[in-house]
Amino acid sequence: MPLLEVRNLRVEFPTRRGVLTAVDRVSFSIDEGEVLGVVGESGAGKSITGNAIIRLIEPPGRIAGGEVLLSGRRIDTLPPQEMRRVRGKEIGAIFQDPLTTLNPLYSIGRQLAETMQTHLGLSDREARARAIKWLEDVGIPGAAQRIDAYPHQFSGGMRQRVVIALALCAEPRLVIADEPTTALDVSIQAQVIALLKRLCREHGTAVMLVTHDMGVIAEAADRVAVMYAGRIVEIGPVREVVKQARHPYTEGLMGSIPSLTRRVERLRQIDGAMPRLSDIPPGCAFNPRCAKAFDRCRADRPELMPTQGASRAACWLYAENGSARDAA
Amino acid sequence: MPSDAPGVELQTSAPLRAEARRMGRIARFLDSDLWYSFSRSPLTVLSALVALTLIGGAVFAPILAPHDPFDLATLNLMDAFNPPAWMEGGDPRFLLGTDDQGRDLFSTIMYGARISLFVGFCSVIFAMTLGVTIGLVAGYVGGTTDAVLMRIADIKLTFPAILVALLVDGLVRAALPRELHDRVALWVVIFAIGISNWVQYARTVRGSTLVEKNKEYVMAARVIGLSDARIMTSHVLPNVMGPVLVIATLNLGFAILAEATLSFLGVGVPPTQPSLGTLIRVGNDFLFSGEWWITVFPGITLVLMVLSVNLLGDWLRDALNPKLR
Amino acid sequence: MFAFIVSRLLQALPVMLAVSLISFAMFAYVGDPVAIMLGQDYTEAQREALVRDLGLDQPFFVQFWEFLKNALQGNFGLSYRLARPVADLILERMPATLELSFTAAFLALAIGVPMGVYTGLYRNSWLSRFFLTISLIGVSLPTFLIGILLILVFSVWLGVLPSFGRGETVLVGGWWTTGFLTVSGLKALILPSITLGLFQMTLIMRLVRSEMLEVLRTDYIKFARARGLTNRAIHFGHALKNTLVPVITITGLQLGAIIAFAIVTETVFQWPGMGLLFIQAVANADIPIMAAYLMMIALLFVLINLVVDLLYYLVDPRLRGSLAGSGP
Repeated sequence: MPLLEVRNLRVEFPTRRGVLTAVDRVSFSIDEGEVLGVVGESGAGKSITGNAIIRLIEPPGRIAGGEVLLSGRRIDTLPPQEMRRVRGKEIGAIFQDPLTTLNPLYSIGRQLAETMQTHLGLSDREARARAIKWLEDVGIPGAAQRIDAYPHQFSGGMRQRVVIALALCAEPRLVIADEPTTALDVSIQAQVIALLKRLCREHGTAVMLVTHDMGVIAEAADRVAVMYAGRIVEIGPVREVVKQARHPYTEGLMGSIPSLTRRVERLRQIDGAMPRLSDIPPGCAFNPRCAKAFDRCRADRPELMPTQGASRAACWLYAENGSARDAA
Repeated sequence: MPSDAPGVELQTSAPLRAEARRMGRIARFLDSDLWYSFSRSPLTVLSALVALTLIGGAVFAPILAPHDPFDLATLNLMDAFNPPAWMEGGDPRFLLGTDDQGRDLFSTIMYGARISLFVGFCSVIFAMTLGVTIGLVAGYVGGTTDAVLMRIADIKLTFPAILVALLVDGLVRAALPRELHDRVALWVVIFAIGISNWVQYARTVRGSTLVEKNKEYVMAARVIGLSDARIMTSHVLPNVMGPVLVIATLNLGFAILAEATLSFLGVGVPPTQPSLGTLIRVGNDFLFSGEWWITVFPGITLVLMVLSVNLLGDWLRDALNPKLR
Repeated sequence: MFAFIVSRLLQALPVMLAVSLISFAMFAYVGDPVAIMLGQDYTEAQREALVRDLGLDQPFFVQFWEFLKNALQGNFGLSYRLARPVADLILERMPATLELSFTAAFLALAIGVPMGVYTGLYRNSWLSRFFLTISLIGVSLPTFLIGILLILVFSVWLGVLPSFGRGETVLVGGWWTTGFLTVSGLKALILPSITLGLFQMTLIMRLVRSEMLEVLRTDYIKFARARGLTNRAIHFGHALKNTLVPVITITGLQLGAIIAFAIVTETVFQWPGMGLLFIQAVANADIPIMAAYLMMIALLFVLINLVVDLLYYLVDPRLRGSLAGSGP
């Protein structure tokens, strides 16, 4: 049984001009210890999906349909008190900007201890000792002295390491990392990703790694899901998807990444832009920009269909029996 | 190529925009978020109506008031101390009763509201002009000028507005001979209140100017060779005015209260042009002898006026604040 | 921290200097003290004698220097109207104003802060809406009107509380007169302190509420929720602490506003404090009192600002300077 299973998740935002669907029937699963990368442009709905899993969507947004199961147990319908126990203890979260994620008025030792004591019932001394160990684990030098320091006394990379420690200290089985390196210097990004990978492997924690950076995915993820306009358009093992993307959008994404090894005359660019939530075209959301679009693409929305190995793509090009081409 | 897609535009917001252009400006306003949040909140609509009524009554007092309280010929001491028309002993000619001189309270209130509003508005405009100019100059010119101006603002800020207004008024009162003071008292009050309130505008505008100053359109204007003054007024100013208007609306309520307080204390508008504050002060003397209406009705009018202005200001602030939507 | 205090005091010097300059300028250029003091009939010789006596024939800076020296010794000359030393008058009245102001400030804080926290946390309860409506009216009511209405209800109609004066006072410590120790003194304090404090109470309540709402939207609160901390820990630990920090500054400034608004309250209730003295001075162009009051107020505000800065420094670790943040 997969650790996390998301089935047909739908997240809506009612506005006065109508209801906007930010996440539209998204389904995927994550196994124990696996790293699933979720990649897509800004506004594709990846962060919202992560937020929906731990039910931190800000009103008026709300989960309008689908199910979220953790080890077979539904967590999207839990009462708030129960959900609170799930957060932190079973599912941890890492957000994008380490500066604003940490409370500036509390020492990091206090924030660590507080989290552990809430979920693990430790005494003050035990919590403090464990906090120091965690700081050492994430690579903060002089942990025993820095434990009482305040967030503003650390650099950006160090702060994100503290955030990672905070997310993992209650020993969750799954961590949702929402753009964990976007706010960091390029030179630091690799270190932080490596740290995250190592720690999760050591503790057997699964990761849902949300990012818009394909490089991070290629480096850290086992499988990858590509999102577009609130839908998953391709999902599969990283090797397969990166080496040979099937969905036209993923192809476009791969083609637009500069490479140090290949020689390219010019970077490919996908014409147009991702549609606004209020203007998603009928059928396949990508059809206006797709070079291979045909009639069926404009009429029916494709579900995820097998393409190669363990990958799937939501594209009529891969419908069985080649019936795609015939349907008018 | 997407050419086989029948007329589906790539920029999907274009159809919306074309539609908006076809509607007139009024139609667009009615469709805007501002109007939406306004018409959906019954409280705001109510306060807008109240405010309009009061302002209308005040502005058109000379035309609308049933009596002229300043025309000594029409006053009759026999009419003095009439209670409101619906109470025992009331006279239907004087809806809200009369004061100690036989003046109709309703008319006096209308004229009083006129003065209160006038002083309030003018002082806000004065404060806004002063503050915006100082803020613009401080932010744009920077350097020592900025430091000096902001230091002055800090010093001013250590004193509550009421105190500054009182002080300025007192000084002018001491400096001018009595008759001259009475004639210009109205403007002195406006000046005093205005000068006690400019710092908020200055700070906000300065902050915005500092941000705008480094934007490309300003550098472009400089490259073309426009003068600094021109750049400040035509280019930077329109971009920093937004929050200023919100501050002004919120300040209006305070300005009206400030004037009322000064007049109540006896150091505000001259007795020949009584504002609501003056009326309350005069009526206060009769509180203990039972003629409560002389003080209470001007008081209620004052509160309604400030309340509706404050509510409108609150709504404006919330409506223009993208974070709260 | 010592350096901090010293630097703040040094910063206050230009303010005090500027204020003394203005005070002195009032003396020197506004009105004619000689004419006021001598009345209508006087001879040239008398005038010249008085001019020499008062030192009015000296150059500007010499006069200013004399003024400063005198001021530092607490000598502000004689009141034009009452012909008594200004310093005596002010000292006589100070306890009345200070007792009134502190009682009002205490009321404002004790009621305003909890109300603000409540309406911030439970935005939609009917109690919150009720408080908010009251606060809106409170902000729109001028202080003097509140006083008049209270007098109308409690003194005229109900006859239970006095409408003027301080009641009986007790001499304490050789100089301070207090109304706290007598029943009539306490009764006389009720209406004026409510009048004075109501405006501030509503301001504080709205401030605390808006700060609370701001804080509840931050990333670190979201992260705290994502870590599964209890509501109590989030609301009364993280959120409250962060809310109170900016509230401290504003409250300090409010104390200054209270002392200023005491002028109005003292007028309505004929409370024998410095405010009443000041307003009478303004109405009668009694410059010495105005100048002395101005300098006293300036000193008081500078001290208040200093205390507020100190509190800020103690509460917010970001102001205490950072340790060397080593490493990426």
